[in-house]
Amino acid sequence: MKIVTILKQVPDAEARLRPAPEGVDLSGVSFVIDGMDEYGVEQALRIREGGTEAEVVALALGPARFEEAIRTALAMGADRAIHIETDSRLDPISQARVLAKVIEQEGADLVMVGGKQADWDSSALGPAVAEALGWPHSDWTTGMELREGSLTTVHDADEGTERLEMPLPAVITTQQGLNEPRYPTLPNIMKAKRKELRKTSLEEVGGAEALVELVGESLESRERRNVMLDGDPTEAVRELVRRLRDEAKVLAK
Amino acid sequence: MVLIIAEHSNGKLRKSSLELVQAGRELAESLGGDPVGVVLGENVTEVANELARYLPQVKLVDDPALAEVRAQTWTTAVSELAKTNSSQAVLFSAGRTGLSVAPRVAIRLNAPLLEDVTSLEVEGGKVAATRLAYLSRVTERVRARTLPVVISVKPNIFGLPSPGAEGSVEQVPVQFDANDQRVKVSEKRKPSGERVALEEASVVVSGGRGVGGPEGFENLVEPLAQALGAGIAATRAVVDAGWRPYSEQVGQTGKTVAPDLYVALGVSGAVQHLSGMNRSKVVVAINKDADAPIFKAADYGIVGDVNQLVPELTRAIEEEGS
Repeated sequence: MKIVTILKQVPDAEARLRPAPEGVDLSGVSFVIDGMDEYGVEQALRIREGGTEAEVVALALGPARFEEAIRTALAMGADRAIHIETDSRLDPISQARVLAKVIEQEGADLVMVGGKQADWDSSALGPAVAEALGWPHSDWTTGMELREGSLTTVHDADEGTERLEMPLPAVITTQQGLNEPRYPTLPNIMKAKRKELRKTSLEEVGGAEALVELVGESLESRERRNVMLDGDPTEAVRELVRRLRDEAKVLAK
Repeated sequence: MVLIIAEHSNGKLRKSSLELVQAGRELAESLGGDPVGVVLGENVTEVANELARYLPQVKLVDDPALAEVRAQTWTTAVSELAKTNSSQAVLFSAGRTGLSVAPRVAIRLNAPLLEDVTSLEVEGGKVAATRLAYLSRVTERVRARTLPVVISVKPNIFGLPSPGAEGSVEQVPVQFDANDQRVKVSEKRKPSGERVALEEASVVVSGGRGVGGPEGFENLVEPLAQALGAGIAATRAVVDAGWRPYSEQVGQTGKTVAPDLYVALGVSGAVQHLSGMNRSKVVVAINKDADAPIFKAADYGIVGDVNQLVPELTRAIEEEGS
Protein backbone atom coordinates (compact mmCIF):
# COMPACT_ATOMS: atom_id res chain seq x y z
CA MET A 1 0.00 0.00 0.00
CA LYS A 2 0.98 3.62 -0.39
CA ILE A 3 0.71 6.04 2.51
CA VAL A 4 0.99 9.76 1.89
CA THR A 5 1.76 11.83 4.92
CA ILE A 6 1.13 15.58 4.60
CA LEU A 7 3.57 17.93 6.32
CA LYS A 8 3.82 21.56 7.27
CA GLN A 9 6.66 23.56 8.67
CA VAL A 10 5.60 25.95 11.42
CA PRO A 11 7.21 28.41 13.82
CA ASP A 12 8.58 26.75 16.94
CA ALA A 13 6.04 27.13 19.76
CA GLU A 14 8.56 29.06 21.84
CA ALA A 15 9.56 31.38 18.98
CA ARG A 16 9.02 35.04 19.67
CA LEU A 17 6.71 36.64 17.12
CA ARG A 18 7.14 40.34 16.48
CA PRO A 19 4.62 42.81 15.13
CA ALA A 20 5.46 44.45 11.80
CA PRO A 21 3.60 47.08 9.76
CA GLU A 22 2.46 44.48 7.23
CA GLY A 23 1.57 41.82 9.78
CA VAL A 24 3.66 39.47 11.85
CA ASP A 25 7.41 39.42 11.31
CA LEU A 26 8.65 35.83 11.04
CA SER A 27 12.24 36.67 10.13
CA GLY A 28 14.69 35.13 12.55
CA VAL A 29 12.03 32.72 13.85
CA SER A 30 13.06 29.07 14.06
CA PHE A 31 10.80 26.66 12.21
CA VAL A 32 10.09 23.00 12.90
CA ILE A 33 8.03 20.18 11.41
CA ASP A 34 4.49 20.58 12.77
CA GLY A 35 4.13 18.42 15.87
CA MET A 36 0.72 17.06 14.88
CA ASP A 37 2.06 16.03 11.45
CA GLU A 38 4.84 14.08 13.16
CA TYR A 39 2.24 11.74 14.65
CA GLY A 40 1.13 10.97 11.10
CA VAL A 41 4.65 10.20 9.90
CA GLU A 42 5.25 7.99 12.93
CA GLN A 43 1.99 6.10 12.41
CA ALA A 44 2.80 5.48 8.73
CA LEU A 45 6.21 4.12 9.71
CA ARG A 46 4.66 1.85 12.34
CA ILE A 47 2.26 0.43 9.75
CA ARG A 48 5.24 -0.36 7.52
CA GLU A 49 7.26 -1.79 10.39
CA GLY A 50 4.28 -3.84 11.52
CA GLY A 51 4.62 -6.08 8.48
CA THR A 52 2.38 -4.32 5.97
CA GLU A 53 4.19 -3.74 2.72
CA ALA A 54 3.96 0.01 2.48
CA GLU A 55 5.66 2.93 0.82
CA VAL A 56 5.62 6.11 2.89
CA VAL A 57 5.62 9.32 0.87
CA ALA A 58 5.96 12.72 2.56
CA LEU A 59 4.07 15.49 0.78
CA ALA A 60 4.30 19.21 1.45
CA LEU A 61 2.89 22.37 -0.11
CA GLY A 62 4.71 25.54 0.89
CA PRO A 63 7.75 27.76 0.49
CA ALA A 64 11.36 26.61 -0.03
CA ARG A 65 12.08 26.57 3.72
CA PHE A 66 9.63 23.64 4.12
CA GLU A 67 12.44 21.42 2.83
CA GLU A 68 13.86 21.19 6.33
CA ALA A 69 10.63 19.68 7.68
CA ILE A 70 10.51 17.29 4.72
CA ARG A 71 14.07 16.16 5.49
CA THR A 72 13.01 15.54 9.09
CA ALA A 73 10.27 13.20 7.85
CA LEU A 74 12.73 11.43 5.55
CA ALA A 75 15.17 11.09 8.46
CA MET A 76 12.40 9.61 10.59
CA GLY A 77 12.02 6.96 7.89
CA ALA A 78 9.73 8.13 5.06
CA ASP A 79 10.80 6.55 1.75
CA ARG A 80 10.63 9.60 -0.47
CA ALA A 81 9.08 13.06 -0.63
CA ILE A 82 7.28 15.48 -2.92
CA HIS A 83 7.49 19.22 -2.37
CA ILE A 84 5.06 21.49 -4.20
CA GLU A 85 7.01 24.69 -3.80
CA THR A 86 5.10 27.97 -3.65
CA ASP A 87 5.19 31.29 -1.87
CA SER A 88 1.47 31.83 -2.52
CA ARG A 89 -0.65 32.12 0.56
CA LEU A 90 -3.44 29.63 0.03
CA ASP A 91 -6.23 28.78 2.45
CA PRO A 92 -6.78 25.16 3.57
CA ILE A 93 -9.61 24.63 1.07
CA SER A 94 -7.53 25.62 -1.97
CA GLN A 95 -4.51 23.75 -0.60
CA ALA A 96 -6.64 20.63 -0.17
CA ARG A 97 -7.58 20.63 -3.86
CA VAL A 98 -3.93 20.86 -4.92
CA LEU A 99 -2.82 18.15 -2.50
CA ALA A 100 -5.69 15.89 -3.57
CA LYS A 101 -4.50 16.03 -7.19
CA VAL A 102 -1.03 14.82 -6.23
CA ILE A 103 -2.47 12.15 -3.92
CA GLU A 104 -4.63 10.90 -6.78
CA GLN A 105 -1.66 10.81 -9.15
CA GLU A 106 0.28 8.85 -6.54
CA GLY A 107 -2.55 6.34 -6.18
CA ALA A 108 -2.39 6.49 -2.38
CA ASP A 109 -4.46 4.22 -0.13
CA LEU A 110 -4.09 6.18 3.07
CA VAL A 111 -3.40 9.83 3.89
CA MET A 112 -2.14 11.07 7.24
CA VAL A 113 -2.30 14.73 8.20
CA GLY A 114 -1.99 16.63 11.47
CA GLY A 115 -5.26 17.38 13.23
CA LYS A 116 -4.49 21.07 13.58
CA GLN A 117 -1.56 23.06 12.26
CA ALA A 118 0.30 25.40 14.58
CA ASP A 119 0.70 28.28 12.10
CA TRP A 120 -2.77 28.90 10.72
CA ASP A 121 -4.53 27.25 13.71
CA SER A 122 -6.71 25.32 11.30
CA SER A 123 -8.02 21.79 11.41
CA ALA A 124 -9.67 21.99 7.98
CA LEU A 125 -6.99 20.43 5.81
CA GLY A 126 -7.70 16.76 6.58
CA PRO A 127 -11.48 16.82 6.09
CA ALA A 128 -11.08 19.06 3.00
CA VAL A 129 -8.54 16.70 1.40
CA ALA A 130 -10.86 13.77 2.15
CA GLU A 131 -13.81 15.52 0.50
CA ALA A 132 -11.71 16.58 -2.52
CA LEU A 133 -10.76 12.92 -2.95
CA GLY A 134 -14.27 11.67 -2.20
CA TRP A 135 -12.90 9.55 0.69
CA PRO A 136 -14.04 9.02 4.27
CA HIS A 137 -12.02 10.50 7.10
CA SER A 138 -11.37 10.09 10.80
CA ASP A 139 -10.41 13.27 12.59
CA TRP A 140 -8.73 13.85 15.98
CA THR A 141 -7.55 10.25 15.82
CA THR A 142 -5.95 8.77 18.92
CA GLY A 143 -5.89 5.13 17.86
CA MET A 144 -5.95 3.18 14.61
CA GLU A 145 -5.77 -0.37 13.42
CA LEU A 146 -5.39 -1.44 9.84
CA ARG A 147 -7.21 -4.55 8.60
CA GLU A 148 -7.66 -6.02 5.12
CA GLY A 149 -8.81 -2.99 3.13
CA SER A 150 -10.35 -1.29 6.11
CA LEU A 151 -9.54 0.76 9.16
CA THR A 152 -10.72 0.98 12.72
CA THR A 153 -9.99 4.25 14.49
CA VAL A 154 -10.69 5.82 17.84
CA HIS A 155 -11.28 9.55 17.69
CA ASP A 156 -12.49 12.43 19.84
CA ALA A 157 -16.03 13.59 19.21
CA ASP A 158 -17.83 16.51 20.82
CA GLU A 159 -18.98 14.22 23.60
CA GLY A 160 -16.37 11.65 24.52
CA THR A 161 -14.78 9.29 22.05
CA GLU A 162 -16.06 7.09 19.21
CA ARG A 163 -14.79 4.01 17.47
CA LEU A 164 -15.12 4.31 13.68
CA GLU A 165 -14.96 1.64 10.98
CA MET A 166 -14.23 2.70 7.43
CA PRO A 167 -12.97 1.27 4.17
CA LEU A 168 -9.74 2.34 2.49
CA PRO A 169 -8.77 4.65 0.93
CA ALA A 170 -9.21 7.11 3.78
CA VAL A 171 -7.78 10.24 5.39
CA ILE A 172 -6.68 10.24 9.03
CA THR A 173 -6.03 13.41 11.00
CA THR A 174 -3.61 12.74 13.81
CA GLN A 175 -2.96 14.13 17.22
CA GLN A 176 -1.28 13.57 20.53
CA GLY A 177 -2.11 10.21 22.07
CA LEU A 178 -1.85 8.29 18.79
CA ASN A 179 1.82 7.43 19.32
CA GLU A 180 5.15 8.84 20.45
CA PRO A 181 7.06 10.10 17.40
CA ARG A 182 10.67 8.96 17.15
CA TYR A 183 13.66 11.26 16.91
CA PRO A 184 15.72 10.91 13.74
CA THR A 185 19.09 9.32 14.48
CA LEU A 186 22.30 10.73 13.00
CA PRO A 187 22.79 7.82 10.54
CA ASN A 188 19.20 8.25 9.40
CA ILE A 189 19.69 11.99 8.99
CA MET A 190 22.67 11.24 6.73
CA LYS A 191 20.69 8.59 4.84
CA ALA A 192 17.81 11.04 4.35
CA LYS A 193 20.06 13.31 2.32
CA ARG A 194 20.21 10.67 -0.40
CA LYS A 195 16.49 9.97 -0.48
CA GLU A 196 14.37 11.24 -3.35
CA LEU A 197 12.84 14.68 -2.79
CA ARG A 198 10.93 15.60 -5.94
CA LYS A 199 10.32 19.31 -6.37
CA THR A 200 7.35 20.53 -8.31
CA SER A 201 5.56 23.86 -8.58
CA LEU A 202 1.99 24.95 -8.02
CA GLU A 203 1.71 25.69 -11.76
CA GLU A 204 2.91 22.20 -12.67
CA VAL A 205 0.18 20.60 -10.59
CA GLY A 206 -2.51 22.82 -12.12
CA GLY A 207 -2.38 25.98 -10.00
CA ALA A 208 -4.79 27.22 -7.39
CA GLU A 209 -6.59 30.37 -6.43
CA ALA A 210 -7.01 31.55 -2.87
CA LEU A 211 -10.63 31.63 -1.78
CA VAL A 212 -9.88 33.65 1.33
CA GLU A 213 -7.67 36.72 1.53
CA LEU A 214 -5.69 37.83 4.54
CA VAL A 215 -6.55 41.44 5.30
CA GLY A 216 -4.40 42.01 8.35
CA GLU A 217 -2.54 40.43 11.25
CA SER A 218 -1.82 41.74 14.70
CA LEU A 219 -0.28 40.24 17.79
CA GLU A 220 -2.93 39.15 20.22
CA SER A 221 -2.60 41.41 23.19
CA ARG A 222 -5.25 40.82 25.77
CA GLU A 223 -4.83 43.22 28.61
CA ARG A 224 -4.87 41.37 31.91
CA ARG A 225 -5.36 43.02 35.25
CA ASN A 226 -2.35 41.16 36.72
CA VAL A 227 -3.57 41.77 40.28
CA MET A 228 -1.65 39.70 42.81
CA LEU A 229 -3.55 39.02 46.00
CA ASP A 230 -1.30 38.35 48.94
CA GLY A 231 -1.41 38.18 52.68
CA ASP A 232 -3.18 35.62 54.78
CA PRO A 233 -4.59 32.79 52.58
CA THR A 234 -8.11 33.17 53.94
CA GLU A 235 -8.08 36.90 53.29
CA ALA A 236 -6.56 36.44 49.82
CA VAL A 237 -9.33 33.99 48.90
CA ARG A 238 -12.08 36.30 50.26
CA GLU A 239 -10.59 39.19 48.32
CA LEU A 240 -10.45 37.04 45.17
CA VAL A 241 -14.12 36.10 45.47
CA ARG A 242 -15.07 39.72 46.14
CA ARG A 243 -13.20 40.90 43.06
CA LEU A 244 -14.60 38.13 40.86
CA ARG A 245 -18.08 39.16 41.96
CA ASP A 246 -17.83 42.97 42.03
CA GLU A 247 -14.96 43.88 39.71
CA ALA A 248 -14.82 41.18 37.05
CA LYS A 249 -18.52 40.37 37.46
CA VAL A 250 -18.11 36.69 36.64
CA LEU A 251 -19.89 35.41 39.75
CA ALA A 252 -23.62 35.80 40.12
CA LYS A 253 -24.52 37.91 43.14
CA MET B 1 -30.36 33.09 3.10
CA VAL B 2 -28.08 32.16 5.97
CA LEU B 3 -28.21 28.49 7.01
CA ILE B 4 -27.59 27.83 10.69
CA ILE B 5 -26.60 24.21 11.30
CA ALA B 6 -27.80 23.37 14.80
CA GLU B 7 -26.42 20.54 16.91
CA HIS B 8 -28.16 18.75 19.71
CA SER B 9 -27.37 16.48 22.60
CA ASN B 10 -29.85 14.30 24.49
CA GLY B 11 -32.75 15.86 22.59
CA LYS B 12 -31.79 19.44 23.45
CA LEU B 13 -30.13 22.15 21.40
CA ARG B 14 -26.53 22.68 22.35
CA LYS B 15 -25.67 26.03 23.91
CA SER B 16 -23.15 26.63 21.12
CA SER B 17 -25.99 26.22 18.59
CA LEU B 18 -28.00 28.92 20.31
CA GLU B 19 -24.97 31.21 20.07
CA LEU B 20 -24.86 30.27 16.40
CA VAL B 21 -28.47 31.47 16.04
CA GLN B 22 -27.35 34.84 17.40
CA ALA B 23 -24.38 34.98 14.99
CA GLY B 24 -26.63 33.87 12.10
CA ARG B 25 -29.30 36.46 12.83
CA GLU B 26 -26.69 39.24 12.83
CA LEU B 27 -25.07 37.97 9.64
CA ALA B 28 -28.41 37.60 7.85
CA GLU B 29 -29.26 41.17 8.76
CA SER B 30 -26.01 42.43 7.19
CA LEU B 31 -26.21 40.18 4.14
CA GLY B 32 -29.87 40.91 3.59
CA GLY B 33 -31.21 37.35 3.71
CA ASP B 34 -33.26 35.28 6.13
CA PRO B 35 -31.70 33.20 8.89
CA VAL B 36 -32.87 29.61 8.49
CA GLY B 37 -32.19 26.88 11.03
CA VAL B 38 -31.25 23.33 10.09
CA VAL B 39 -31.74 20.28 12.31
CA LEU B 40 -30.27 16.92 11.28
CA GLY B 41 -30.88 13.64 13.05
CA GLU B 42 -33.31 10.81 13.63
CA ASN B 43 -36.50 11.47 15.62
CA VAL B 44 -35.52 15.05 16.32
CA THR B 45 -38.78 16.92 15.69
CA GLU B 46 -38.64 18.26 19.25
CA VAL B 47 -35.22 19.80 18.60
CA ALA B 48 -36.56 21.44 15.43
CA ASN B 49 -39.52 22.82 17.41
CA GLU B 50 -37.14 24.19 20.03
CA LEU B 51 -35.05 25.89 17.32
CA ALA B 52 -38.23 27.35 15.76
CA ARG B 53 -38.73 29.39 18.91
CA TYR B 54 -35.70 31.44 17.82
CA LEU B 55 -35.93 31.46 14.03
CA PRO B 56 -38.76 32.11 11.53
CA GLN B 57 -37.90 29.01 9.50
CA VAL B 58 -36.40 25.65 10.35
CA LYS B 59 -35.55 22.86 7.91
CA LEU B 60 -35.62 19.41 9.42
CA VAL B 61 -33.94 16.38 7.86
CA ASP B 62 -35.14 13.42 9.92
CA ASP B 63 -33.52 10.26 8.60
CA PRO B 64 -32.10 7.03 10.08
CA ALA B 65 -28.89 7.77 8.12
CA LEU B 66 -28.43 10.74 10.46
CA ALA B 67 -28.85 8.80 13.71
CA GLU B 68 -25.14 9.30 14.34
CA VAL B 69 -23.18 12.42 13.49
CA ARG B 70 -21.06 11.43 10.51
CA ALA B 71 -19.14 13.92 8.41
CA GLN B 72 -20.24 12.62 5.02
CA THR B 73 -23.98 12.31 5.66
CA TRP B 74 -23.96 15.77 7.22
CA THR B 75 -22.00 17.15 4.27
CA THR B 76 -24.56 15.78 1.80
CA ALA B 77 -27.54 17.06 3.78
CA VAL B 78 -26.12 20.53 4.37
CA SER B 79 -24.80 20.94 0.82
CA GLU B 80 -28.17 19.91 -0.66
CA LEU B 81 -30.01 22.42 1.53
CA ALA B 82 -27.48 25.15 0.71
CA LYS B 83 -27.84 24.52 -3.02
CA THR B 84 -31.63 24.26 -3.18
CA ASN B 85 -32.00 27.41 -1.08
CA SER B 86 -29.22 29.37 -2.83
CA SER B 87 -27.67 30.09 0.56
CA GLN B 88 -25.18 32.92 0.89
CA ALA B 89 -23.67 31.59 4.08
CA VAL B 90 -23.63 28.28 5.99
CA LEU B 91 -22.83 28.50 9.69
CA PHE B 92 -21.43 25.78 11.92
CA SER B 93 -20.33 25.91 15.51
CA ALA B 94 -16.57 25.28 15.70
CA GLY B 95 -16.71 22.21 17.95
CA ARG B 96 -15.40 18.83 16.84
CA THR B 97 -18.43 18.25 14.59
CA GLY B 98 -18.45 21.65 12.92
CA LEU B 99 -14.69 21.67 12.36
CA SER B 100 -15.01 18.25 10.73
CA VAL B 101 -18.00 18.92 8.49
CA ALA B 102 -17.53 22.59 7.47
CA PRO B 103 -14.38 21.97 5.33
CA ARG B 104 -16.15 19.16 3.45
CA VAL B 105 -19.16 21.39 2.77
CA ALA B 106 -16.81 24.17 1.55
CA ILE B 107 -15.22 21.76 -0.94
CA ARG B 108 -18.64 20.45 -2.04
CA LEU B 109 -19.99 24.00 -2.59
CA ASN B 110 -16.69 25.30 -3.99
CA ALA B 111 -16.95 27.97 -1.32
CA PRO B 112 -14.40 29.75 0.87
CA LEU B 113 -14.19 28.64 4.49
CA LEU B 114 -13.84 31.05 7.41
CA GLU B 115 -12.86 28.78 10.24
CA ASP B 116 -13.19 29.10 14.00
CA VAL B 117 -14.01 32.81 13.78
CA THR B 118 -14.39 35.17 16.72
CA SER B 119 -16.25 37.95 14.87
CA LEU B 120 -18.15 38.39 11.61
CA GLU B 121 -18.77 41.46 9.46
CA VAL B 122 -20.01 42.19 5.97
CA GLU B 123 -17.86 44.62 3.99
CA GLY B 124 -18.91 45.61 0.45
CA GLY B 125 -20.99 42.46 0.13
CA LYS B 126 -18.10 40.23 1.26
CA VAL B 127 -17.96 38.37 4.54
CA ALA B 128 -14.96 39.19 6.72
CA ALA B 129 -13.97 37.69 10.04
CA THR B 130 -11.34 37.70 12.73
CA ARG B 131 -9.73 34.51 13.92
CA LEU B 132 -6.66 33.38 15.79
CA ALA B 133 -3.45 31.99 14.32
CA TYR B 134 0.03 30.94 15.47
CA LEU B 135 -1.17 29.14 18.60
CA SER B 136 -3.60 31.96 19.33
CA ARG B 137 -0.78 34.48 19.57
CA VAL B 138 -1.89 36.39 16.46
CA THR B 139 -5.29 37.73 15.47
CA GLU B 140 -5.81 37.65 11.74
CA ARG B 141 -8.44 39.36 9.72
CA VAL B 142 -9.64 37.37 6.74
CA ARG B 143 -12.15 37.98 3.96
CA ALA B 144 -13.96 35.45 1.80
CA ARG B 145 -13.56 36.36 -1.86
CA THR B 146 -16.91 34.94 -2.94
CA LEU B 147 -20.36 33.90 -1.78
CA PRO B 148 -21.59 31.49 -0.64
CA VAL B 149 -19.24 31.22 2.29
CA VAL B 150 -18.95 28.44 4.88
CA ILE B 151 -18.21 29.61 8.41
CA SER B 152 -17.45 27.92 11.72
CA VAL B 153 -17.93 30.09 14.79
CA LYS B 154 -15.91 29.67 17.99
CA PRO B 155 -18.17 28.79 20.94
CA ASN B 156 -18.63 31.24 23.83
CA ILE B 157 -18.05 34.36 21.71
CA PHE B 158 -21.56 35.28 20.58
CA GLY B 159 -24.22 35.75 23.22
CA LEU B 160 -27.46 33.82 23.54
CA PRO B 161 -30.45 34.93 21.46
CA SER B 162 -33.81 35.92 22.82
CA PRO B 163 -36.74 33.82 21.55
CA GLY B 164 -38.78 35.33 18.70
CA ALA B 165 -42.17 34.52 17.22
CA GLU B 166 -42.92 30.84 16.69
CA GLY B 167 -41.34 29.82 13.38
CA SER B 168 -42.30 27.10 10.93
CA VAL B 169 -40.70 23.66 10.71
CA GLU B 170 -40.44 22.07 7.29
CA GLN B 171 -39.43 18.45 6.80
CA VAL B 172 -37.01 18.10 3.90
CA PRO B 173 -36.05 14.73 2.42
CA VAL B 174 -32.41 14.15 1.42
CA GLN B 175 -31.10 11.16 -0.56
CA PHE B 176 -27.99 9.56 0.93
CA ASP B 177 -25.96 7.11 -1.12
CA ALA B 178 -23.76 4.24 0.01
CA ASN B 179 -20.66 6.46 -0.18
CA ASP B 180 -22.12 8.82 2.39
CA GLN B 181 -22.55 5.94 4.78
CA ARG B 182 -19.16 4.27 4.54
CA VAL B 183 -18.13 5.29 8.04
CA LYS B 184 -19.78 3.27 10.81
CA VAL B 185 -19.79 4.40 14.41
CA SER B 186 -19.25 1.08 16.18
CA GLU B 187 -18.84 2.34 19.74
CA LYS B 188 -19.38 5.53 21.70
CA ARG B 189 -17.87 6.43 25.02
CA LYS B 190 -19.22 9.44 26.79
CA PRO B 191 -17.50 10.99 29.77
CA SER B 192 -19.14 9.80 32.96
CA GLY B 193 -21.45 12.07 34.90
CA GLU B 194 -23.38 15.15 33.94
CA ARG B 195 -20.33 17.27 33.33
CA VAL B 196 -20.41 20.55 31.42
CA ALA B 197 -18.93 20.20 27.90
CA LEU B 198 -15.52 21.82 28.11
CA GLU B 199 -15.67 23.94 24.97
CA GLU B 200 -19.10 25.28 25.86
CA ALA B 201 -18.51 25.84 29.57
CA SER B 202 -18.73 29.43 30.74
CA VAL B 203 -16.45 28.58 33.66
CA VAL B 204 -13.47 26.22 33.41
CA VAL B 205 -11.29 24.96 36.25
CA SER B 206 -7.99 23.51 35.09
CA GLY B 207 -5.28 21.64 36.92
CA GLY B 208 -1.59 21.33 36.16
CA ARG B 209 1.18 19.22 37.67
CA GLY B 210 1.09 21.50 40.69
CA VAL B 211 -2.06 19.80 41.98
CA GLY B 212 0.16 16.83 42.78
CA GLY B 213 -1.55 13.84 41.20
CA PRO B 214 -4.89 12.27 40.23
CA GLU B 215 -6.05 12.73 43.83
CA GLY B 216 -5.38 16.46 43.48
CA PHE B 217 -8.03 16.52 40.77
CA GLU B 218 -10.46 14.57 42.93
CA ASN B 219 -9.86 16.60 46.07
CA LEU B 220 -9.23 20.09 44.69
CA VAL B 221 -10.21 20.56 41.04
CA GLU B 222 -13.46 18.60 41.00
CA PRO B 223 -15.03 20.15 44.14
CA LEU B 224 -14.21 23.67 42.94
CA ALA B 225 -15.57 22.88 39.46
CA GLN B 226 -18.69 21.49 41.10
CA ALA B 227 -19.17 24.66 43.18
CA LEU B 228 -18.72 26.85 40.10
CA GLY B 229 -20.73 24.66 37.70
CA ALA B 230 -17.56 24.51 35.65
CA GLY B 231 -15.98 22.24 33.06
CA ILE B 232 -12.74 20.49 34.05
CA ALA B 233 -9.53 20.93 32.09
CA ALA B 234 -5.97 19.68 32.38
CA THR B 235 -2.56 20.55 31.00
CA ARG B 236 -0.59 18.34 28.67
CA ALA B 237 1.81 17.27 31.42
CA VAL B 238 -1.14 16.01 33.46
CA VAL B 239 -2.60 14.10 30.51
CA ASP B 240 0.83 12.68 29.58
CA ALA B 241 1.20 11.49 33.17
CA GLY B 242 -2.12 9.66 32.81
CA TRP B 243 -3.86 11.54 35.61
CA ARG B 244 -6.68 12.76 33.36
CA PRO B 245 -8.11 11.79 29.94
CA TYR B 246 -6.95 13.47 26.78
CA SER B 247 -10.45 14.87 26.21
CA GLU B 248 -9.82 17.31 29.07
CA GLN B 249 -6.56 18.68 27.70
CA VAL B 250 -6.52 22.37 26.89
CA GLY B 251 -3.77 23.83 24.75
CA GLN B 252 -2.02 23.56 21.41
CA THR B 253 -2.58 19.83 21.05
CA GLY B 254 -5.84 19.79 22.97
CA LYS B 255 -8.97 21.89 23.04
CA THR B 256 -9.32 25.65 22.95
CA VAL B 257 -11.72 27.25 25.36
CA ALA B 258 -13.00 30.80 25.79
CA PRO B 259 -15.00 30.83 29.02
CA ASP B 260 -15.99 33.88 31.08
CA LEU B 261 -13.80 32.59 33.90
CA TYR B 262 -10.76 30.29 33.74
CA VAL B 263 -9.28 29.14 37.03
CA ALA B 264 -5.79 27.65 36.67
CA LEU B 265 -4.63 25.58 39.65
CA GLY B 266 -0.98 24.55 39.79
CA VAL B 267 -0.62 25.40 36.11
CA SER B 268 2.76 26.84 35.14
CA GLY B 269 1.54 28.46 31.92
CA ALA B 270 3.58 27.12 28.99
CA VAL B 271 2.93 28.84 25.65
CA GLN B 272 1.25 25.67 24.40
CA HIS B 273 -1.25 25.76 27.25
CA LEU B 274 -1.85 29.51 27.03
CA SER B 275 -2.75 29.11 23.34
CA GLY B 276 -5.75 27.03 24.38
CA MET B 277 -7.13 29.39 27.00
CA ASN B 278 -6.02 32.93 26.31
CA ARG B 279 -9.41 33.93 24.92
CA SER B 280 -10.85 33.46 28.41
CA LYS B 281 -12.40 36.68 29.61
CA VAL B 282 -11.10 36.51 33.19
CA VAL B 283 -8.20 34.31 34.31
CA VAL B 284 -7.40 33.34 37.90
CA ALA B 285 -4.12 31.60 38.73
CA ILE B 286 -3.10 29.87 41.93
CA ASN B 287 0.44 28.52 41.99
CA LYS B 288 3.17 28.24 44.59
CA ASP B 289 5.82 29.43 42.12
CA ALA B 290 5.69 33.23 42.04
CA ASP B 291 7.67 33.22 38.77
CA ALA B 292 5.24 30.93 36.91
CA PRO B 293 4.38 32.47 33.50
CA ILE B 294 0.67 31.86 34.16
CA PHE B 295 0.62 34.95 36.42
CA LYS B 296 1.49 37.18 33.44
CA ALA B 297 -1.58 35.79 31.67
CA ALA B 298 -3.83 36.15 34.71
CA ASP B 299 -6.19 38.83 35.96
CA TYR B 300 -5.96 37.66 39.55
CA GLY B 301 -3.18 35.62 41.05
CA ILE B 302 -2.46 34.11 44.42
CA VAL B 303 0.97 32.68 45.21
CA GLY B 304 0.52 29.78 47.57
CA ASP B 305 -0.22 26.14 48.22
CA VAL B 306 -3.19 24.82 46.25
CA ASN B 307 -3.91 22.28 49.01
CA GLN B 308 -4.57 25.12 51.40
CA LEU B 309 -6.08 27.75 49.08
CA VAL B 310 -8.38 25.71 46.88
CA PRO B 311 -10.57 24.20 49.63
CA GLU B 312 -10.91 27.72 51.09
CA LEU B 313 -11.88 29.04 47.67
CA THR B 314 -14.40 26.21 47.15
CA ARG B 315 -16.02 26.99 50.51
CA ALA B 316 -16.13 30.70 49.75
CA ILE B 317 -17.75 30.07 46.36
CA GLU B 318 -20.31 27.70 47.94
CA GLU B 319 -21.19 30.39 50.48
CA GLU B 320 -21.55 32.89 47.62
CA GLY B 321 -24.05 30.62 45.91
CA SER B 322 -26.10 29.81 48.99
